[in-house]
Amino acid sequence: MRENRYLLLRRRAAPGLRVERMDRIVIVGLNHKTAPIDIREKFAAVCGDGTSQLQDLAQFQPIKEVFQVSTCNRMEVLFTTPNLDQGIGAVVGFLAGIYGQTGAALKPYLYTYIDQDAVKHLFRVACSLDSMVVGEPQILGQIKQAYRQAVEARASGVILNRLLHKAFSVAKLVRTETRIGRSAVSISYAAVELAKKIFNNLTGKTVLLIGAGEMAELAAEHLLNNSVERIVVANRTLERAVALAKRFRGTSVPLEEVVEELSRSDIIISSTGSPTPILTADEVKRRMRSRRNRPLFFIDIAVPRDIDPEVNRIQNVYLYNIDDLQGIVDLNRTDRLREAGRAEHIIAAQALKFESWLRTLEVVPTIVALREKAEQIRQGELKKTFGHLEPLPEDLAASLHLLTQSIVNKVLHDPILFLKRTSTKARKEFYLDTARQMFNLDSDEPEAQGEEDVSLDSREAT
Amino acid sequence: MNESVLLFSVLTILLYGVGTVGCLIYIIRPDGAIHRVASLFLLGGFVSHTLGLFLLILRIQYAPVTTLQQTLSLFAWAIVGSYLAFQLKFNIRILGTFVSPLAVVFMLLSTTIPVHLLPTSRLFRSFWLNLHVGTMFLGNAVFGLAFCAGVMYLLQERQLKHKSFGLLYHRLPSLETLDSLNRTCVMVGFPLITIGLISGFVYAGAVWRSYWNWDPKEILSVSTWLIYAVLLHERLAVGWRGRRAAIMAIVGFGAILVTFLGASMVLESHHRFKAG
Repeated sequence: MRENRYLLLRRRAAPGLRVERMDRIVIVGLNHKTAPIDIREKFAAVCGDGTSQLQDLAQFQPIKEVFQVSTCNRMEVLFTTPNLDQGIGAVVGFLAGIYGQTGAALKPYLYTYIDQDAVKHLFRVACSLDSMVVGEPQILGQIKQAYRQAVEARASGVILNRLLHKAFSVAKLVRTETRIGRSAVSISYAAVELAKKIFNNLTGKTVLLIGAGEMAELAAEHLLNNSVERIVVANRTLERAVALAKRFRGTSVPLEEVVEELSRSDIIISSTGSPTPILTADEVKRRMRSRRNRPLFFIDIAVPRDIDPEVNRIQNVYLYNIDDLQGIVDLNRTDRLREAGRAEHIIAAQALKFESWLRTLEVVPTIVALREKAEQIRQGELKKTFGHLEPLPEDLAASLHLLTQSIVNKVLHDPILFLKRTSTKARKEFYLDTARQMFNLDSDEPEAQGEEDVSLDSREAT
Repeated sequence: MNESVLLFSVLTILLYGVGTVGCLIYIIRPDGAIHRVASLFLLGGFVSHTLGLFLLILRIQYAPVTTLQQTLSLFAWAIVGSYLAFQLKFNIRILGTFVSPLAVVFMLLSTTIPVHLLPTSRLFRSFWLNLHVGTMFLGNAVFGLAFCAGVMYLLQERQLKHKSFGLLYHRLPSLETLDSLNRTCVMVGFPLITIGLISGFVYAGAVWRSYWNWDPKEILSVSTWLIYAVLLHERLAVGWRGRRAAIMAIVGFGAILVTFLGASMVLESHHRFKAG
């Protein structure tokens, strides 16, 4: 009952400008945990162009603001609605339409989060805690892109704008406060990370690829992405070496010349099928002088090992084999789990902050109604007084205006402060109700009744 | 005036102390805000330190290097100053964690030694003496930074060689960055102490009519100079870098401390500070 009485604000076509107090925030979606690949790919295929769908979605009656993000692993529809059941029903129906089945058939794969839970879920997604590879950085960019579309389609409004900006800042906070995205969870990432701890940046560095293999190529590719200058390929079969060199826009050398290449290379990735080591500690040590001791970083992915383990003892030379790298990856996985725990704390705290902002929205209509009522009384009384009097000189009339204005402001000052403070109190509904009754803000007089327009600006002015 | 000098040194120690604690917390919680606050405290400490030294110089009318107390304080000042200057170029956040405790220890040592001012002497008013003292202190402070870079290098290298990654692994910068910090410090510090030594000889020649007096501190200073000369030569000519250069920078700073504290307090010397 009380809900209806507080629905003071008129709905408009443009959802961004008006706020209704009892709007609920809802997420309906599916991800890699709830839906198998054959269902996810249907959404991924259709959702190439988000804009048109947003406009479709915004057409549904009980939905006010709406935002949608779809990646190959997830499809999320975030919206606000004054009517939970109808709103959720509409969105489920919309998703079922994409899926080409009934809503009931799709339902087992969907999750629904409401209010605080929806806020938290969005934050978790943005922070990449909900991702398949926890901590991967792409999801934030995808959400930002989707948000841009929502803004262009004018589908998002006051609440979602604020919520998404909050999600971006929470993601940034989590990234700087925890090491969630800092640790590598694949072998080739681990290799790049180590290289950066040795060389600082990889610009101008040369990579020597000895032998070819999927993992070695992947590592080389990652290094290239990190602006390594040059790749040299050495392989037993010449064609393979030439083909690889072409792919990486590098050069190829015969396997016999590898030792010579040590003078010019910085990072060596070795993965030959050779049963005996192809580089001994002595050979490497002798090259260090001509390198003027510049560091050498060996990544030995071959089993059995290509590079003499003693190489690691030489000054300024660092040797990592496949087990060392795997060790780092395993360590990082547990590290990420722990960091994820810290991230959850940050998210919970920030979700609470957003919640208290939402609550301040709920006090706004009462404050505005109170101000308007006082202003009407003031204008009315002034009119009456001026009617009784001779026409006053202009400056005197202006002083009277000022006087009455400041009386009204002074009288209202404390009640308004009180109302603002109630927005964080547990019994806010009671206080708001009392205030409305005390000042008779919901009376039958035409000026105070029914629908009032409240823009957010008036809140800023208080 | 005496009180205000003391007040400034207490304020300086407090600010450095809080800054150091912040820098240490930063190891456990890599929060940019913590580092910013800690840096502000160090900067504030440096400003108060500068003011305190300025007041002291106004009062005694010569470079504040005649007592061990003043010397330690000046050394701490030079280290923090060169740290702040190097931070502009290298921006290695974790460096503060290694530098600031050094400054706090020097400041605390300096206040535990009773103040005993010498009467103003014309002996202390000389261009050559001021040049000697100024360049020596700056040079030694920059070598203090090289020492920190060396320690950080050894810590980081150990983790990379042994493949065991602790708390510091993520905080410490790359080996190449640390090595280049070490190199820059030595290249800046070496000319400074060279000028310091030469101006010291010139001053000695003017005051005692002899450039070289076989004073223990003179011998130690030249030995220290030789250590850094070797380090710089090997770096430039042979391409020494990394671990060896780091160890050399640590050994060199050890020699500076021996020269500075040991020789001043234990050995008979005309460099001896009046320690009460």
